[in-house]
Amino acid sequence: MDETNEKLSWDFDKESWGKFPKTKAIVRGLASRFQNLGEVMQGLDSDLAVLPYGQGRSYGDSCLNDRNVLISTEKLNRFIELNTETGILKAEAGLTLKEILDHIVPQGWFLPVVPGTQFVTLGGAIANDIHGKNHHVAGTFGRHVKSLELLRSDGSRRVCSGEDNADWLRATIGGLGLTGVITWAEIQLKKIAGPWIARETVRFAHLARFFELTEESDSKFEYTVGWMDCLSDGPNLGRGVFFRGNHLPLKEVTEAKLKKESIKTFPFNAPEFLLNRFTIKAFNTVYYHTHPSKKSELVHYRPFFFPLDGINHWNRMYGKRGFFQYQCVVPFENNESSIYDIIKTFAKSGLGSFLTVIKTFGNISSPGLLSFPRPGVTLTLDVPNDGKKTFRVLDSLDEIVMEAGGRVYPAKDARMSKESFKSYFPQRLEFEKYKDPKFSSSFWRRVT
Amino acid sequence: MKMVIFGASSAIAEAVARQVADKHGELFLVGRNKESVEIIAQDLVVRGARRVGHAFGDLTYREKYSEWIETASVFMKGIDVVLIAHGVLGEQKELEKNPDLAFDVFNVNFVSAALLAETSAQYFERGRRGTIAVIGSVAGDRGRQSNYYYGAAKGGLDIFLQGLRNRLHPQGVSVITIKPGFVSTPMTAHLKKNFLFAKPEVIASGILKAIDKEKDVVYLPWFWRCILCIIKSIPESIFKRLKL
Repeated sequence: MDETNEKLSWDFDKESWGKFPKTKAIVRGLASRFQNLGEVMQGLDSDLAVLPYGQGRSYGDSCLNDRNVLISTEKLNRFIELNTETGILKAEAGLTLKEILDHIVPQGWFLPVVPGTQFVTLGGAIANDIHGKNHHVAGTFGRHVKSLELLRSDGSRRVCSGEDNADWLRATIGGLGLTGVITWAEIQLKKIAGPWIARETVRFAHLARFFELTEESDSKFEYTVGWMDCLSDGPNLGRGVFFRGNHLPLKEVTEAKLKKESIKTFPFNAPEFLLNRFTIKAFNTVYYHTHPSKKSELVHYRPFFFPLDGINHWNRMYGKRGFFQYQCVVPFENNESSIYDIIKTFAKSGLGSFLTVIKTFGNISSPGLLSFPRPGVTLTLDVPNDGKKTFRVLDSLDEIVMEAGGRVYPAKDARMSKESFKSYFPQRLEFEKYKDPKFSSSFWRRVT
Repeated sequence: MKMVIFGASSAIAEAVARQVADKHGELFLVGRNKESVEIIAQDLVVRGARRVGHAFGDLTYREKYSEWIETASVFMKGIDVVLIAHGVLGEQKELEKNPDLAFDVFNVNFVSAALLAETSAQYFERGRRGTIAVIGSVAGDRGRQSNYYYGAAKGGLDIFLQGLRNRLHPQGVSVITIKPGFVSTPMTAHLKKNFLFAKPEVIASGILKAIDKEKDVVYLPWFWRCILCIIKSIPESIFKRLKL
């Protein structure tokens, strides 16, 4: 390797899913779950920090390690054991949720929690303690992790579970890959009859109606989520479409009306002039009106949980400057006022968001020290990167969230300040004890 | 499908095995590294394989060949396909200097693969059915200064399989020579990747398709047939001047 200090050869020259920021890194890979970290890190400059890297599907820089080292878990893609009696799956951390679902669904099992894309790895799902549309009944992904193995830079291997090394488990769930490399994990699956979801779509005219729908749905539906038009002011503020669903308790469905799946690819980065307040507003209005006021249908789990996975490279829609995904949660005590404040501030800011998602988190506590979900209302904005203005508006949202005692999701962040992070995650001080001294990330260096 | 795989921990072999497992086939894996073969076997069971057996050993131990085939046949109650997938690339410059290494490259890529094919042929001849699929290489189609040790071994294997195919055709046993181009695997990890590199999964689908359709010689992906057709057509008097 070319060692003239500034000129290391970077194998990796790209960005995460949000296409911001652009980074470079040296990439090393674990060849198998039995390999030691020391072997992988051999020959590397000892000043360089390492970070496990799965599929790079985090939106911001929590999965990046600019001018340092990424340790790819791509080769850790083997299943270890599926106990068909208990539904406990043991698998390597580099497997994607898609590969897992493809194999367990035909056998009558489902992942306990799934995010909005199935292209993330098992290790990533744990390290970010992801949540899904069933948070109100299932909590986060980390709650269903029985045990995992943690590989540290000092050569140690720890099996962590509720009984052994429980504190390490708590730090690793939601630990952003900073406590070590997760080589494998054991998770509790959920029994299902077949791949079908009975979905109901209900339009809501304003935010108060969303909260009513949530209240009436959360006891009857396992999965609930709302899409919101964040650009309509006045009486239409907070209008949107509510999706709720349950696993269909039947294996076979004879109905011919099942929607067909088709995979498309976004061919290139969209030109920036197409991304303006007008086009985004038009998209939001059309999206709202093309959904009937109420509809029930049977759908496959893929379009229900992962609608955007149907378009490869959908992030190209935001052009080469990329986008930010801003996800915050504010506690219930304040939900009415602060969530309104956030939506109003955003609507007035002049920025736009294609996909604004709103969901209430239930009272089930999150298992990780740095887990994002907590009881409250969570709002996610997809904001094209329009330079300084975008940063300014998102900073102003941070102020509201801090005031309300809420949090912003590190897995999606590329811009929060040190002060915001400190306010959102006071537990970070305890977390430091578990962080591997050789590990770091672009995100971690930015917020600490 | 009941398949025996020699060189089971090679990236292409594992990709084939996964596709067989997806369709609830049965597999018997043979490889040198016990740990790798075991974790692959565990994985294939979860992926849906009806049965997965394994044996370990250096694939150049020819005393073991019949035993492996017989064990696999007992374990799966028959064999439909034998896939011979092991190989080593070697570093051309080192091979030129070190005859021991050069011997290994010939031994692993040609001698052991050919003799395993022969053992499999004798097994299949008894039942007058079966398929022997062997991974060769486009490098075996023409000798080039950059890798003629590997190329010669694979080229020799190509000739051997032609003969074997010729002999077994009346017996109802098919012999398939698979010639992959560049594949992104640990074998090529040190090479700079370009658009010509294919994923092991793509090659694996091609192999299973070739087995299904009882092909004789397949280039994977298909466009390598055209590339090699051009390369083979260059007269030697010109070819010897090229830097390939």
